[in-house]
Amino acid sequence: MAKAQITLKVNGKPVEALVEPRTLLIHFLREQLNLTGPHIGCDTSHCGACTVDLNGKSVKSCTMFAVQADGADVLTIEGMAAPDGTLHALQEGFREMHGLQCGFCTPGMIVRGYRLLKENANPSEDEIRMGISGNLCRCTGYQNIVKAIQFAAAKLAGAPVKEAAE
Amino acid sequence: MIPGAFAYHRPKSVKEAVAMLADLGEDARPLAGGHSLIPMMKLRLAAPTHLVDLGAIGELRGIRAEGGDIVIGAMTTQHELIADVTLAAKLPILRETALVIADPQVRYVGTLGGNVANGDPGNDMPAVMLCLGATYHIAGKAGERKIAARDFYEGAYLTALEPGEMVTAIRIPAPPQGHGAAYEKLKRKVGDYATAAAAVILTQSQGRVATCSIGLTNVAETPLWAEEAAKIVVGSALDAATVKKAAAAAESIASPASDNRGPAQYRKKMAGVMVARALTRAKSRAA
Repeated sequence: MAKAQITLKVNGKPVEALVEPRTLLIHFLREQLNLTGPHIGCDTSHCGACTVDLNGKSVKSCTMFAVQADGADVLTIEGMAAPDGTLHALQEGFREMHGLQCGFCTPGMIVRGYRLLKENANPSEDEIRMGISGNLCRCTGYQNIVKAIQFAAAKLAGAPVKEAAE
Repeated sequence: MIPGAFAYHRPKSVKEAVAMLADLGEDARPLAGGHSLIPMMKLRLAAPTHLVDLGAIGELRGIRAEGGDIVIGAMTTQHELIADVTLAAKLPILRETALVIADPQVRYVGTLGGNVANGDPGNDMPAVMLCLGATYHIAGKAGERKIAARDFYEGAYLTALEPGEMVTAIRIPAPPQGHGAAYEKLKRKVGDYATAAAAVILTQSQGRVATCSIGLTNVAETPLWAEEAAKIVVGSALDAATVKKAAAAAESIASPASDNRGPAQYRKKMAGVMVARALTRAKSRAA
């Protein structure tokens, strides 16, 4: 099939590429742009490990074609930290509150947490749990992921946060 | 998993889209949110050679009041249904239903039109549309036609849509002020299809049920309109015996398959339990 030309913004940088229509967004990000932060977990739109932010929505990039992202603004885990390497409050929260063990779900969790906090800066525990219900974690039991997102919400709101010892 | 190869089209209008669907023939499929179609393409359960992406067609989006009806564009997402203030006030059952569909990521992308047009008995909105007496607007190369949701579903993945046609909007008569409605869904986990689910809308007059309509999800090859169960409760005060009778009437029309969600007998029973719960909750919400 003829390849299609797409132009989009990924982590703030303009990208132009040729893609086969059947190329999934996750394969385009990982294999053509070498952004291997978004993971392929279930490949069936259940687990959320492939979650990226696209035009202000959290989407599962295993269930979208790259051609559909033509003209879009995409954010992956690689775009979360500041250019000088300063971690985003969510990344810091996951580190401080032990929000990960194996780390496989973490890129999806953090990118999903980012949109959740954009839409609701001060979520209740229930709202956090419902908000990340499209992201599966098989290690933590979610307790510390919820705490990590609460840490980030507090930090982004300017509240003092207790940092764990290094 | 990588789907089979296809040619991609992105029309800007409904007119252009239906012309494409007609010209490209039966191997062309419209693409809405894609959260049913893309997984099917990965498994080769669907192998369209042309995809007509409806994502760039502005006229297919949005929610508007038109006379006594609410008209929702087919490409309106579940997330947009949940966020809409007018809908939350006038037709709260849509928000309640959208919130138990899949998960946040899927709801950002999945559309009402896709959910009702796909013909998957596991989808939640079709039973709600039967319950509410909705009408689907359908466009084809020959023009537009309308069909009642109650006449639309013919079998699993089999609907009244002809090749080359697509659903463009869903028209729902706005229920009267003071109505009560509920969608009760039994599922194993967030994101799951229903083991059984029931949609109820009713109105009351002097403590008695004046009107009632009931829809059932995922307990047959198609969504079911439980007309007999609804008739049983009209005129009653929804006492325990009447609720039990209505639940039994709903169970009697359910014919679910045995699957990972449970044996057929259990799922049939749960259809009745969901009807009983939805009736009770709808009543508690009615003025």
